[in-house]
Amino acid sequence: MGEISLKLNGKLETKDVADNTLLIDFIREHVGLTGTHVGCDTSQCGACVIHLDGVSVKACTMLAKQAEGSEIVTIEGLADGDELHPMQQAFHENHGLQCGFCTPGMVMSAVEMVTKNKNISEDEIRKGLEGNICRCTGYHNIVQSVKAGAAKMGG
Amino acid sequence: MNEVTKIDGIGSSVRRTEDKKFLTGKGRYTDDINRPGQVQAYFLRSDVAHAEIKSIDTKAAQSAPGVVGVFTGADIAVDKVGGPICGWVVPCRDGSSTKEPPHPLLAQGKVRFVGDAVAVVVAETMEQAKSAAELIDVDYNELTPVVDFVNADKGAQIHEEVPNNCYFDWELGDEGATNKAIERAAKVVKLSVRNNRLVPNAMEPRSALAEYDSLDESYTLHTTSQNPHLTRLVLAAFMFAIPESKLRVIAPDVGGGFGSKIYVYIEEAVCVWASKKIGRPVKWTADRTQAFLTDCHGRDHVNDVQLALDENNKIIGLRVDTVCNLGAYLSAFSVVVPTILHGTLLSGQYDIPAIYTNVKGMATNTVNVDAYRGAGRPEATYLLERTMETAAKEVGMDPAEFRRINFIPKDAFPYQTQVALQYDIGDYEPHLDKAMEMIDYSNFEKRRAEAAKRGMYRGIGMSSYIEACGLAPSAVVGALGGRVGQWESASVRVNPTGTISVFTGSHSHGQGHATTFAQIVADKLGIPMENVEVIHGDTDKTPFGMGSYGSRSLASGGSAISKAVDKIINKSKKIAAHLLEASEDDIDFKDGKFVVGGTDKEKAFGEIALAAYVPHNYPLETLEPGLEENAFYDPTNFVFPSGTHIAEVEIDPATGVVEVVDWAACDDFGNLVNPMIVEGQVHGGIAQGIGQALLEDAHYDENGQLLTASYMDYCMPRADDLPSFKVGYTNTPCTHNDLGVKGCGEAGAIASPPALINAVIDALSPLGVTDMSMPATPQKVWKAIQESQSVAAE
Ligand code: FES
Ligand code: FES
Repeated sequence: MGEISLKLNGKLETKDVADNTLLIDFIREHVGLTGTHVGCDTSQCGACVIHLDGVSVKACTMLAKQAEGSEIVTIEGLADGDELHPMQQAFHENHGLQCGFCTPGMVMSAVEMVTKNKNISEDEIRKGLEGNICRCTGYHNIVQSVKAGAAKMGG
Repeated sequence: MNEVTKIDGIGSSVRRTEDKKFLTGKGRYTDDINRPGQVQAYFLRSDVAHAEIKSIDTKAAQSAPGVVGVFTGADIAVDKVGGPICGWVVPCRDGSSTKEPPHPLLAQGKVRFVGDAVAVVVAETMEQAKSAAELIDVDYNELTPVVDFVNADKGAQIHEEVPNNCYFDWELGDEGATNKAIERAAKVVKLSVRNNRLVPNAMEPRSALAEYDSLDESYTLHTTSQNPHLTRLVLAAFMFAIPESKLRVIAPDVGGGFGSKIYVYIEEAVCVWASKKIGRPVKWTADRTQAFLTDCHGRDHVNDVQLALDENNKIIGLRVDTVCNLGAYLSAFSVVVPTILHGTLLSGQYDIPAIYTNVKGMATNTVNVDAYRGAGRPEATYLLERTMETAAKEVGMDPAEFRRINFIPKDAFPYQTQVALQYDIGDYEPHLDKAMEMIDYSNFEKRRAEAAKRGMYRGIGMSSYIEACGLAPSAVVGALGGRVGQWESASVRVNPTGTISVFTGSHSHGQGHATTFAQIVADKLGIPMENVEVIHGDTDKTPFGMGSYGSRSLASGGSAISKAVDKIINKSKKIAAHLLEASEDDIDFKDGKFVVGGTDKEKAFGEIALAAYVPHNYPLETLEPGLEENAFYDPTNFVFPSGTHIAEVEIDPATGVVEVVDWAACDDFGNLVNPMIVEGQVHGGIAQGIGQALLEDAHYDENGQLLTASYMDYCMPRADDLPSFKVGYTNTPCTHNDLGVKGCGEAGAIASPPALINAVIDALSPLGVTDMSMPATPQKVWKAIQESQSVAAE
C-alpha cells in the first residue's frame, strides 16, 4: 500500500492504494469516476483512453504509481461546464456513437490526434484510431465526427 | 406546431437525446454501479474441454484472506436452483423432439467446455477472489473432447440425454418435389459453404450486481441484458421458483448486445443466489478473456447446397443440407436460430417452386452457440447468395441479370414461399438497380483494367438479401415451437402539464430508442420532442415486454407505442368534445389541437391533459379521469426488409490483402423514422459482416482450447480495415403495421458477407479461382493466388 497523489480533471486526488493498482482502477474504483471504461485485458480496445499530461494513454496499461504527480484528464473533464468540447459536439452531430461504451476512449483519442494534427485526413483518422475498437458504428460516423471535430477545433 | 412536427417528427434525422450522457462519461453501465457492502464474485472455470469431475477441494480457498464464500455445483443442487432453459424447440424428422439436457449453474459431475464454471469464490475484493480460486483443487478425469461438429455424431457422448451428440434433426419443405426438380433440372449448381464461427464482442463485457433485501425477501439484479423482463421471468419462474414480484431486474445502460445479451447466463443467476446466501450485494464483471470463453458464440454452420435450374436459367428447386454447431449446452434461442430463423429464409428474394432443407444441430465441447446479429438469416443469405453468384458464372450470365430473372415479381405479393413465410410486400429490382448505380456497376470493367495495370486484382460482388424480422405473430411462433409470446408492450402516460412518459418493454443498448420512440409520439401528438421521455430497462417501471433482438424494437415496440398514443388521442377527443360542447364525431385532431370541424373552437393537447387530471369540468359519468394508456401489440406477420449490397475490392497479389475499396447498400426498410439512426445501424451491420468475411474466426484446437480468446488473436474490424459506405433506400411500406416500418438492425450483417466473398472470388476469377471460404485472410488469399499460378505453370 502507498499513497498516490495526482491531479484528476483539475482536482487533486490522494488515495492510499495497493502498489499494483492500475491507473484505470484508481480512476474507476478509488476515485469513482466511471466514464472511462474497460473493454479488454490486452491493451487492445482503447475504451480506457485518458490524457496524461496531455498525451493519450491506455489507463489499463499503466500503474497508478506511474502517474504519481501527473495531470490527468478523463472524459468527465473534457467539457467546459455545460458546454461540450467541440469533439464531443461533433460526435453528437454526426451520430458518432451508438451504445456509448467505446465513446469516451474514442473521443479522448480523437482530441489528442487532432490537437497534434489539425488538418488530419480521413486516412490518418482511420490509422490513428487503430487502437480503439467500436463494435457498433462501423467507424463511418466516427470518422465523420473526427473530421467535423477537427474543423471545429480550428483545423 | 406544424414546424415542430417537421423538425422532430417521423422521417427526420433528429440528433439523439441520449448522446450527452455518453459523451460526458455519465453513462451508467452495470459495472459502474456499486452498492454498500458489496462483495466480488470470481468464477473458477474448467481449463479442460471435456472431463468428469472426480473431486473439488475448496478448503484452502474458504479460509483465504477476504473470502466470504466458496460454492460449487453441489451447493446449487442442495438448494435445487434450476439452470438456464431453452426458449424454443423444434420437432425432429423421426418424430421425437429436441433433446434438452440440463445445464446446471455450476458444473455437476462433468465439465463440457473450456470456461464451464466449476466453482464461485466470493470475496471482499476481486483480487482476493481470484487468488483464492487458485487454491481450489479440482481433480478431473479427462474425456476425449468433441470439437469437429460435422463428425460430432462419432465422438464421445457429451450428454446422457443427447445420443450421437445430435440435439435435433429437423426438416422443412417438400423433399420429394425438390428432389424431382433436381432430377429434371437442365443444370444443378452445387456448392458447399462454411459459415465461420464468430464471437459477438459487444464492447461492454457482461456484468451483474445482485442484492437481496431480507426485510421484504426480494432481490434486485442489475445486469447487462437486452431483455430484463425475460431475464426476470426465467430467473423467477425457472431457476428460483419465486414470484416475479420478488425480483426486480434492471438493465441500465448496456454497451452493445448483438444477441449475446439476450439470454440468462449462469453468472447472473449465481450472483442472485449468492446475494441471499451471503447477505451482501454480489458483483461480477467479466474480463474480455471470460467474454471470449463464455459469451454465446454465433454462426458455425456447414451447408451443402443444390440449386436446380431449367433451360432458361430459372430456378426450379433448392435443397440445402446443413450441420450446425450448438456447443456444450442448449442456450435460449440456439435451436430456433439455425432452424426457423434460417430454413424459412431460403427462398431469399427468389421465386423458387420447390425447397427442402434438413438441419442437424450438434453438441460439441465448445461454448454455446446462439444468436449473433442476424441469427440464422446471415447463414441463409450467405449460402444462397454465394450459390446465386456461382450459378450465374456457371451459366455465363451477369450475376445481376441472373438474379433479376429469378426475383419474385413485384405483382406477386403477398408471396407465399415454399418455406412457410408469406412476404407481405417487396419490390426487388429498384434496390438492385439503385445499388448498381450507386457503385457505378456499368463501368466496373474499366476499373478492373486500370487496377490490373497497377498489378492489382479488382473484383465486384453483390448480394440481394431478404430477412424476416420483428418477431412476429405469437400464434405462429407458438406453432413453430416458440415458448414465448412475441408481442410488445407500451405504456404512454400523459402528465398533467402535457409532458409524456413512454414506458416500453423493448430495450435500447445503442439503437437510440429514446430518440426514435420520442419522435413517433411527438409526431403523432404534434408536441415538441423534448416533452417526451422514454423509459426502458427496469422491470419495476416498464410493462412486461420482450426486449430487443431480431430487429423488432420499432416494428413491434414502436407499433405498440403508436397504438397506445392512438388510444390517448381517442380519449382526448372525448374530453375535448365535452369541453367544447361538441359531438365527439365533430372533433378533429391536428397539429396538437382538438378542433371542432368547420369552427375556430379548439383546445390544445396540454389543456386536455390538465382537464383529465383536474376534472372539474369533465364527463366523469362516462369517462375515467387521467390520461394514460397501455397497448400490447402482437404483429400479424413478420416484417420483410430486403435490399442489395455491392462490394468492390482490390487484392494485392504480393500480400493477399483484400482492401474493400467501395460499398453500396440499398435497403428497403419501409418508412424510416430517423434516417440518421437507420444509417448508423446499416454501417454497423456491414462492418460486422466485413469482419466475418475477412477477419474474424473463432477457432478451437482439437483439444477444445479456444485459440482466439483475446483481441490479439481474434481479429476485430478496426477503423483502418473498413471503407466509408454509400447507403441508399427504396421504400415499400410494411402493409401490416401502422407505421409502415420494417427492421434495420441486422440487414448489414446479413447482406454483406456474401457480397464481399463474391467480390473476392470475382477479383481472382482471372486466375481461375472459383471458391473462397470465410474469413478471406491475407494468408488464404495469397495461397489461392500461388496455387492458381502453379496450376497455370504446369
Ligand atoms: S481496456 Fe484498456 S485497451 Fe482495452
Ligand atoms: S458505440 Fe458501441 S462500441 Fe462504439
